[in-house]
Amino acid sequence: MSVNIEIAFKLNGIDMRAKVSPGMSTLEMLRDELHLTGSKYGCGEGECGACTINVDGLSINSCLMFAADCDGREIVTIEGLASDPRTEALKKSFVAYGAVQCGFCTPGIIMQARNLLEKTAHPTPEQIRRGIEGNLCRCTGYKKIIEAIIEASAASP
Amino acid sequence: MDAQLASTGRPLAPPGEDITVVQTYEVPRSLAEAVALLRAGNVTVVAGGTDLMPQSKTGRARFQPVLMNIQRIPELRGIGETDGCVRFGALTTVTELLNNVMVKTRFNALWQAADHFASDQLRNAATIGGNICNASPAGDTLVPLLVFNARVVLASEANGAVTTRTLPLAAFFVGPGRTQRRPTELLTAVNVPVPPEGFVSEFHKFGTRPALDVATIAIGLGAVRDGDRLRDVRVAFGAVAPTPIRAPKTEAALDGKVLSTAIEPALAAADADIQPISDIRASAWYRRELVHNVLRRMLDHVGKH
Repeated sequence: MSVNIEIAFKLNGIDMRAKVSPGMSTLEMLRDELHLTGSKYGCGEGECGACTINVDGLSINSCLMFAADCDGREIVTIEGLASDPRTEALKKSFVAYGAVQCGFCTPGIIMQARNLLEKTAHPTPEQIRRGIEGNLCRCTGYKKIIEAIIEASAASP
Repeated sequence: MDAQLASTGRPLAPPGEDITVVQTYEVPRSLAEAVALLRAGNVTVVAGGTDLMPQSKTGRARFQPVLMNIQRIPELRGIGETDGCVRFGALTTVTELLNNVMVKTRFNALWQAADHFASDQLRNAATIGGNICNASPAGDTLVPLLVFNARVVLASEANGAVTTRTLPLAAFFVGPGRTQRRPTELLTAVNVPVPPEGFVSEFHKFGTRPALDVATIAIGLGAVRDGDRLRDVRVAFGAVAPTPIRAPKTEAALDGKVLSTAIEPALAAADADIQPISDIRASAWYRRELVHNVLRRMLDHVGKH
């Protein structure tokens, strides 16, 4: 790469500095440079949602975001939610309902489900289907995922 | 969805190679700074990145030595109304369109297109300016914007000052991925006249699934109901020509005519307005069938309003 770009941003609550190349995606920076491998590389074109992260409060496909554009932003990845109560409720219900099989889509779906519950505490099944429409799961057929999200939403006030 | 690409005429690079030509990365903080950079030349513009990133990975995007991120330019943001015209800043995201009450009430077809646009993650990143400059024949917001007679504002630098020109969106598209934007210009906003009283609009996109699909065909329809007739009829089609198009023959077949007897002539006229191709998503024949059937359904629906 011909040029390095210096960026500063907040990652999971911690101030970070990094040098990235112009073509690098945020996902590549997270996984290959910062060794946070919770966010997955599925399709690389925004179709599958396995790389979903939170940027300034919004769900984003990290495979489509240029790493250089992280400058000045607040990024939260699945690793940053280890002690988040809403994520804890989702983790428990995903296990209880068998909503995890191979597990590859799971971090992205948990990120997106948490984002959905932040905006809509008690979504209808249709709102859940719309909410996770950008996340593919090839194992479960979604039924158990939707049930698990309903269960997790019942646990919240 | 999201990249203003300057064409260089160079051959396509192998996957992932082309981005190595980037020598400088610029993040202008004002429009004046951005157009000065564009005047200096050899710039690739990036906004949300949702189209540019996959294009860069496959080698479809041709990069210039300067990569300019326009996300930090405040002049490119916001939705506001002045003198009967709504200005959408180029960086308006699809999520912002979807959450805007005025878009839903006055520009329903645009709101419906935003609602059918990709997925939450992509709607949060993709911008209206990027969707326009990417100039896909199937771009979701383009069909309703044509229905609403949108105009694009292009800024550039002349004699040390920012100047702008405004073009009808219908004249902006030249071919797939190609527009009238000059390499020294930045698309700053889309201006959309508020439609007349009683104007109703609908958007229908056909794809194999509701989310994350490139339209096989898309139709935008807008008109004022006047008893059993439609007036100020505007029809636009996506994915059935080299660019998104208005459909003048279809409009003429409907405008001022008694709707119930105008539907068949309108469907025949639509056949003359479109030039679909066969590709991975559908054959030309199937696209014609879809336009026929979906337009009929939309006209039946308007008739029952």
